[in-house]
Amino acid sequence: MTLQTLTAHELLNLIKQKKTSAQEIYRSISSQIEKTEKDVHAYAHIFQNPKIEESRECPIPVAIKDNICITDKLTTCSSKILSGFRPPYNATVIEKLKNSGAVFIGHTNMDEFAFGSSTETSYYGPTHNPHKLECVPGGSSGGSAAAVAANEAIWALGSDTGGSIRQPAAFCGVVGLKPTYGRVSRYGLIAFASSLDQIGPITKDVRDAALLMNIIAGYDEKDSTSANIPIPDYTQALIDNVKGLKIGIPKEYFIEGLSEEVKRAVFNAIDLLKKQGAIFKEISLPHTAYAVATYYIVATAEASSNLARFDGVQYGLRIQPQKTRKNPIVDLYEETRDAGFGLEAKRRIMLGTYSLSSGYYDAYYLKGLKVRTLIKQDFEKAFETLDAIITPTTPTTAFKIGEKANDPLSMYLSDIYTISANLSGIPAISIPCATGKDNLPIGLQIMAKPFDEEMLFRISYTFEKNKNH
Amino acid sequence: MISQEDVQYVASLSRIHLKKDEVECLSKDLEKIVDYIKKLESLETANIQPTSHVLPIQNVFREDIIKPSLSQKEALHFSIEQHQGCFKVPKIIE
Amino acid sequence: METTQQFETVIGLEVHLQLKTKTKIFCSCANDFGGEPNTRTCPVCLGLPGTLPVFNKQVLDYGIKIGLALNCAINNVIKFDRKNYYYPDLPKAYQISQFDLPIAKDGFLLVPSLNNELKKIRIHRAHLEEDAGKLMHDAVHPYSLVDYNRTGTPLMEIVSSPDMHSPQDAYDYLQTLKLTLQYLDVSDCDMEKGSLRCDANVSIRPKGETKLGTKTELKNMNSFKAVKAALEYEIARQTSVMLSGDKIIQETRLWDENKQMTFSMRSKEEAHDYRYFPEPDLVPFTISDEKIQSIKKMIPELPIDKYHRFIEHYHLSDYDARLLIQDAPLADFFEICAKNFHDTKKICNWLNTQVLQELNERKAPISKTLLTPDNLIMLIQKTDAGIISNLAAKDVLKIIFETGKQTEQIIEEQGLAQISDDVTLEKIADDLIRENQKVIEQIKNGEQKALGFLIGQAMKKMNGKANPKKIGDILQRRIFHG
Repeated sequence: MTLQTLTAHELLNLIKQKKTSAQEIYRSISSQIEKTEKDVHAYAHIFQNPKIEESRECPIPVAIKDNICITDKLTTCSSKILSGFRPPYNATVIEKLKNSGAVFIGHTNMDEFAFGSSTETSYYGPTHNPHKLECVPGGSSGGSAAAVAANEAIWALGSDTGGSIRQPAAFCGVVGLKPTYGRVSRYGLIAFASSLDQIGPITKDVRDAALLMNIIAGYDEKDSTSANIPIPDYTQALIDNVKGLKIGIPKEYFIEGLSEEVKRAVFNAIDLLKKQGAIFKEISLPHTAYAVATYYIVATAEASSNLARFDGVQYGLRIQPQKTRKNPIVDLYEETRDAGFGLEAKRRIMLGTYSLSSGYYDAYYLKGLKVRTLIKQDFEKAFETLDAIITPTTPTTAFKIGEKANDPLSMYLSDIYTISANLSGIPAISIPCATGKDNLPIGLQIMAKPFDEEMLFRISYTFEKNKNH
Repeated sequence: MISQEDVQYVASLSRIHLKKDEVECLSKDLEKIVDYIKKLESLETANIQPTSHVLPIQNVFREDIIKPSLSQKEALHFSIEQHQGCFKVPKIIE
Repeated sequence: METTQQFETVIGLEVHLQLKTKTKIFCSCANDFGGEPNTRTCPVCLGLPGTLPVFNKQVLDYGIKIGLALNCAINNVIKFDRKNYYYPDLPKAYQISQFDLPIAKDGFLLVPSLNNELKKIRIHRAHLEEDAGKLMHDAVHPYSLVDYNRTGTPLMEIVSSPDMHSPQDAYDYLQTLKLTLQYLDVSDCDMEKGSLRCDANVSIRPKGETKLGTKTELKNMNSFKAVKAALEYEIARQTSVMLSGDKIIQETRLWDENKQMTFSMRSKEEAHDYRYFPEPDLVPFTISDEKIQSIKKMIPELPIDKYHRFIEHYHLSDYDARLLIQDAPLADFFEICAKNFHDTKKICNWLNTQVLQELNERKAPISKTLLTPDNLIMLIQKTDAGIISNLAAKDVLKIIFETGKQTEQIIEEQGLAQISDDVTLEKIADDLIRENQKVIEQIKNGEQKALGFLIGQAMKKMNGKANPKKIGDILQRRIFHG
């Protein structure tokens, strides 16, 4: 049986019917990893002998992004600077998964500290797109998306700061959800940009995403920014019916740079949903053009502060300076951080430090926060009359490894469709909607009001149910 | 315009000792990115409130009740260097 | 001194106060002093990646209480900000502090000064923040050690306006501030343990000049006396720099208690660029007027108000009132005594001398001792009535502190009652007059000292139990009237 190709809900049914076991499922994943991991390189660290308990609610093999802390397991954000770091605590999402009986396969490869859209900046080397190995899997949760797409995990957790779940999900042809900011606890997620980060599921289909959300979502007293709002049973939102739903198509998302095949795929998806009774209308989100600039100010400023703690004092990498330049401790900081961070991490730390430094704060950081307000207001206004907004997830399908590595700005611009959801805190999902040339998947992005993940599941589920008919 | 001195200053604030080629490369990159970011200047924002939190959550407290701490051994378990129950670092000169 | 003649001194103080909550400000580790290093830490206060702070409710209440006691306006909306800098005692490489929306601002403290006047020192702002860990190093070893037990201890930083003009002003301000904070029962206020720390900003300027001079920031003083000494040293240093025509450099200087000098702190020479920005991991806090009112009700009478009331209501001297309010439980004790005994001056005399001495020796507040107001009043009354001597009374007080026994019982058990019966005393007087004819002559010649000598002799004969006043009276009567 090729258990590794099935979804969690299919596997759980088989377990219920006593047709398979948790052990058997894990073995199928293990052997798949043996087969494909050397080509795909989805994992940064694979765990040996994970705890597998039969008769648990949900003994599904799950891959965890390398920035989500697991007690005593290497958690390194795929950075040299966290070499050897084993946290003495579990992230809240890990506790929740553990309680449901999930089986942890390993920590997945990622762009260093989630700084990137291609998983090329990992200290451990790039991950390859399972659909076409010379292409990137997207990023920064490229390892998680590739693991699910390559059947090296049934489920994966990613984190999304500017599209880091949705973009790799689109590139790898899987489902990726960025929940509403505050819906899933950030406790134990090594922060990139605290006001934008969210953990979310990467799965093979929409039902699995709902199942995984049922486990990980919810208020956490350890996270002051988590929302104390009851969590619905997300599987109840899997309704094959979009009749009468009002969905917006923002004209600013269909501009120069959007590839023809992606555009065509998205409009085919819109046609399909129209046939199912959804009502579409063109809308405007006027500040879209400013989202990338705003994002790079806000995200890098927070990152520069969040990453300051990696200084060689307590844990991780320490470079012992050979000679004194300034003074022993400053030398230790500076040489550890120079050796420990990759170029993109340095670039972002520097940019963030610059925009917060005295004399520039008002012009950059404060300005960024104000434009963030404008972008958020665009969505608030749109959702006064809409149930959802549909866009492409990415302007193109997966690009080649190395293609954008030396052009940071063009790499940043590839996040153009996903960034706004983080800036405004709303939930957004990417689902596979078509296959483009070279067999590369195309993603469809749906966005909804804050805390209305159910709307995303409903529309996604309807699309998924009807797309092959 | 971001000069190499600016880059050096920011690097020193960031506690990163950049090599010479890194200084050159990063000043070019930052210049480009900051140039791009400048497009925000065209927006009028004098009367716009900044958003540092997207959700209107307020007043999240914790009760003043003690919970167990890590043991000294647990606290130092991941330390790079330890001595006499403490984290050890190069001598601090004041 | 040149300073006072040509220059005016301007001083502002920054006081860091550790709040005595049960737990730390952003995690549930115990907030305690001492103990083995790194035994009161958790992933949150160690600043491990991925951890998040959650604000301790009690810290907010204490903060409001302090703000109100310092006559500050309490901000209705507060938030936390990150202050970014690198130091090994700061595990996140940023301190969670408050930048533009501190909990309290624009207050003042009335400070009684030596010449009986009240000086108004303005409080610029007071904000909440987390303490850093402790760095330890010595001259011998080539390394430093870090203990993170203190990391995350709640701090309130109280920043005065530059309203002080002499080291004595600063000293008086600190005394009054400390006393006020002690009344609030929010901190140990112990400089030796570091629960109260003070940095001083000081500058001088030519008299008549309105622009502030270049300031230096003084750190590392571990007592109020050290603050005063450091300021005195620094003012003299700045004065000589100015007189020699040089410029004062804006810098941080460390006080060296052994050398009694300040030294430039070279390692912090770099320009401070703290890159404050709103802490994204903590949400804003709103403080309602109802909340402020309810905390206001919990503030006890403050020392300055007690001082005025004691003078007005009990007609105490400035000296007595000032001494009494230094010790809130002692002041309360005084008030109970005063309800039952009219002579407040006498009560003060006892409280501010012998009782205070006993308390100092025992290092305990009066409420934790065996002395009760009733027992003290009894002691005063017995002494007043001449039943025991002043000397014996002191012994009785000691025994009360040790045993808690009633005054009367102690007098009886110890046989301390003075002998006042006329027959015995007159017999003694007769004996003395017979034995000391030479002295009698001197007394008759008006030498009062000689009478004192005779009284002393009488006391000796009676093992100290004679009533000295009475025997004196009898002696005089016999000598002058036969």
